[in-house]
Amino acid sequence: MQQLIYFIKKFRFFLLFLLLEIIAIIFTIQYHSYHSSKFVNSANFISGGFYNKVNSINEYFLLKKENKLLIEENIRLKNILAKKPILSDNENIQVIDSTIYHQKYEYSEAKVINNNYTNRNNTLTINKGTNHGLTPDLGVINSNGVIGVTKNVSSNYTTVLSILNNSSKINVRLKKSNYFGTLVWDGKTHTTTQLLDMPRQAVIKTGDTIITGGKSAIFPEGIPVGIIQDFIFENNQYQHINVILFNDMSSIGYIQIVKNLEKEEQNNLEQKTNNE
Amino acid sequence: MNNLVISNSLRFIGLVLFQVLVFNNINLFGYLNPFIYIIWIFLYPVRKNQASILILSFFLGLSVDFFSDSGGINAAASVFIAFIRLPILKAVLRKSDFDHILFNLRSLSISKIFLYIATLTFIHHFIVFSLEYLSFDSFDSIISNTFFTSIFTILLSVLGILFFTKKK
Repeated sequence: MQQLIYFIKKFRFFLLFLLLEIIAIIFTIQYHSYHSSKFVNSANFISGGFYNKVNSINEYFLLKKENKLLIEENIRLKNILAKKPILSDNENIQVIDSTIYHQKYEYSEAKVINNNYTNRNNTLTINKGTNHGLTPDLGVINSNGVIGVTKNVSSNYTTVLSILNNSSKINVRLKKSNYFGTLVWDGKTHTTTQLLDMPRQAVIKTGDTIITGGKSAIFPEGIPVGIIQDFIFENNQYQHINVILFNDMSSIGYIQIVKNLEKEEQNNLEQKTNNE
Repeated sequence: MNNLVISNSLRFIGLVLFQVLVFNNINLFGYLNPFIYIIWIFLYPVRKNQASILILSFFLGLSVDFFSDSGGINAAASVFIAFIRLPILKAVLRKSDFDHILFNLRSLSISKIFLYIATLTFIHHFIVFSLEYLSFDSFDSIISNTFFTSIFTILLSVLGILFFTKKK
């Protein structure tokens, strides 16, 4: 017993060092695993509050770009509206039948108050939280395309797992055909991501557009992602398909959050089928 | 003594805020962000009792982690360099023991300050990038990131220490 006390006394700094290192490593392992909830994140009162203050100054520098984005999106939507055929000539008679309306997705807006894109694992912090109805695993997009998935939610702030992250895997497909693949990031540059698991019978060319596939319960189908920059076809298989993102991940201001209202139903059904 | 506590706590808060609000957004050449908060560990008074520096370094790293959403990466690296700081200092000074109370970093020659800072910075950055990538496949990225970010950090910390601390 005395020897044990002597041992602890002699190596007390080393033991303290080991203890602190173990705690830090546990936090690090949590950070690398996608599914465990994280203790260390910027969706808290102090860091969220600081970022919010700093962002209220920084956002003035982004106003010009935000305006341009809004105008582009308005024009795109107006063009879609203009293409809509006139259904009948008796416009004066309108029958409102509430049973034919069906809403699957709900959109809400938020502002990015912290954005990093130079690390291997990048996250964004946004200024909405559980008080505004946000939960983990919601899709985050803007008018240019996909940005990420919400991760940790506090009452007023949320962290978003960027697509520029090691644990981000997003189901995407080619716009012109129905072949699916997975979008990942190799950590090199913030303008390009990589497309994996593309079946070899899919015909792809440089310049093909990539959009989100409808397979996941998070993103609606058809959100733009990017275009194919280059690829290598080797051993009868696609290797290293590089995708240039439509989004400039280095400057993101306002974003939209997509909530799938039927997600629970879909997940429950899929789980039930898997269990049988 | 009281003066020392105040100046160290002010430096703690100041460096963390500088790190997360300014230096995390520098992105020199597109990706270089120096970790200047470790200056706090370089400057912390040398004492025989290492408990305070180990615990405080842990919280220093953890506060940076909280802001940059990086788990416990900075905490792990900071605690490590806080632990090996004394052996490195002894090796740089080629002394087995020295006067702990009267020790002042600025009384050393610039080349020795540089060597001390450079060694600790390289080790710190190597741990940070290894834990961040956490795979052997990206060894080249880890090494290149460590090297270039270290140069940036060493430059800023040596200049910062020379300009902003008093020579006694």
